[in-house]
Amino acid sequence: MIEIENLTKRFGTNLVLDRLNLKVPTGQTCVIIGRSGCGKSVLLKHIVGLLKPDRGRVLVNGKEVAGLKELELNALRSKISMVFQGGALFDSMNVAENVGFGLFEHTRISQKEILERVEESLSLVDLGGIGNLMPSELSGGMKKRVALARAICIKPEIILYDEPTTGVDPITADSINRLIRSLHDKLKVTSFVVTHDMRSAYHIADQIAMLYKGKIILEGTPEQIQHTQDPVVHQFINGLSKGPITEAIDTFKEA
Amino acid sequence: MLTLFFIDLGRRIITFMYFCGGLANLTAQTVYLTLKPPYKYGHIIEQSNKAGYESFPIVSVVALFIGFIFALQSAYFMQRLGSEMYIASLVALAIVRELGPVITALVVAGRVGASHTAELGSMQVTEQIDALETLAANPVKYLVVPRFVSLSLMLPILTLYADIIGILGGYLICVLKLGITSSMYMHITFTALFYKDLFTGLFKSLIFGMIIALVSCYEGFNVEGGAEGVGKATMRSVVVTFLMIIAADCIFTALFYFIFP
Repeated sequence: MIEIENLTKRFGTNLVLDRLNLKVPTGQTCVIIGRSGCGKSVLLKHIVGLLKPDRGRVLVNGKEVAGLKELELNALRSKISMVFQGGALFDSMNVAENVGFGLFEHTRISQKEILERVEESLSLVDLGGIGNLMPSELSGGMKKRVALARAICIKPEIILYDEPTTGVDPITADSINRLIRSLHDKLKVTSFVVTHDMRSAYHIADQIAMLYKGKIILEGTPEQIQHTQDPVVHQFINGLSKGPITEAIDTFKEA
Repeated sequence: MLTLFFIDLGRRIITFMYFCGGLANLTAQTVYLTLKPPYKYGHIIEQSNKAGYESFPIVSVVALFIGFIFALQSAYFMQRLGSEMYIASLVALAIVRELGPVITALVVAGRVGASHTAELGSMQVTEQIDALETLAANPVKYLVVPRFVSLSLMLPILTLYADIIGILGGYLICVLKLGITSSMYMHITFTALFYKDLFTGLFKSLIFGMIIALVSCYEGFNVEGGAEGVGKATMRSVVVTFLMIIAADCIFTALFYFIFP
């Protein structure tokens, strides 16, 4: 269970998150939608403890993330995986070392067993047999899938995805969506996905929440979101260039 | 106008204080994590190879030329006094006490420190450092400690090597050009040098190695703004390291002057 209570974060004078509240029950997939630069990735980084809140708190399985000591935080992080927007693969390591990093570093499992787990994870993302390649030899889409394999290799309870389908072709995007859905169905993994790809959001979400001006302005099932009367959400999910979001920006520019 | 000047001055002071605090924090964490097991021997060996072993060629060339130049410049004055034979002692003392440690440190700061900042800076902008943290690996333990240990070990070794090559440079000029006999040159060199000269030079190089590692990693960790940010951080890292090496050299030279008069 992920609980976010009154989360506030400011960078300089820019208020990115403003008393944000959200709950994601165990085993559910929550998709956060919102415009680029609205603070979605900042929200993700608070859940895994990469950023500390200015105010409010984030609780993961009942524990306040910002209050954890290093060992407790590491124990929590061994149950959480994060898939970064650009993959964030380690350049100096090959694919197998990247995918097995968590197991090599923190477990006493034999190397043979780790390499089997690595191959199994790579096969799940349709990239079996590429363990010896370096990240520089992979395409953007392959990097994303390797990052996904790295995330699932440690068999986490929670996976955080930062725009998992952005910048990949539609076929790869669909296979990533299916994988996220199957992890949810088979392993009951709690997923927290940040995206602005609405097709992906409808496919994988149990719950969709829209982040706007630092707050969650609406949350509901994919059906509820699709049929919402909220003008801001309506403009965003339908990709309209005219509406309250862009009017607010135009008014700001004119002022 | 005056207000703007004071605003700018205040901003610079705050930036400087922030830098000092951040560097002190990184130093404390690095020292603590260096002593705390587990020890990453593989990473230390890898970094020692990159920072130390691969620096031998450039250090050889620079130290040899410094030896040549110093011997020739000394000869210009010593010949007027008719004391050419003392060029050997001048070369030995200047290289072992001062030029060897400082020149080696500056070469390594330019070659290795800049590379550390660029590498860690690129990792920062591509979120690899965040990824390390989410995988429960402490970035200071994983990235800074091996660089800190390897530079602290390798810089004194490189300095000792530069001392030998620099003295060899002086030897070549004196023996082949100025007509001093080989045995006379060696005798005067070893008579002039004391253990404390070697010790103070190597101690300074140990401090310089720590400075290069800490400043370059600190600047790499604090990169902002993509490729341009990496470039700026790399430049800042080299400039700050050079300044800190010269400042530390001044402090330790003064200190040793009074401790070992």
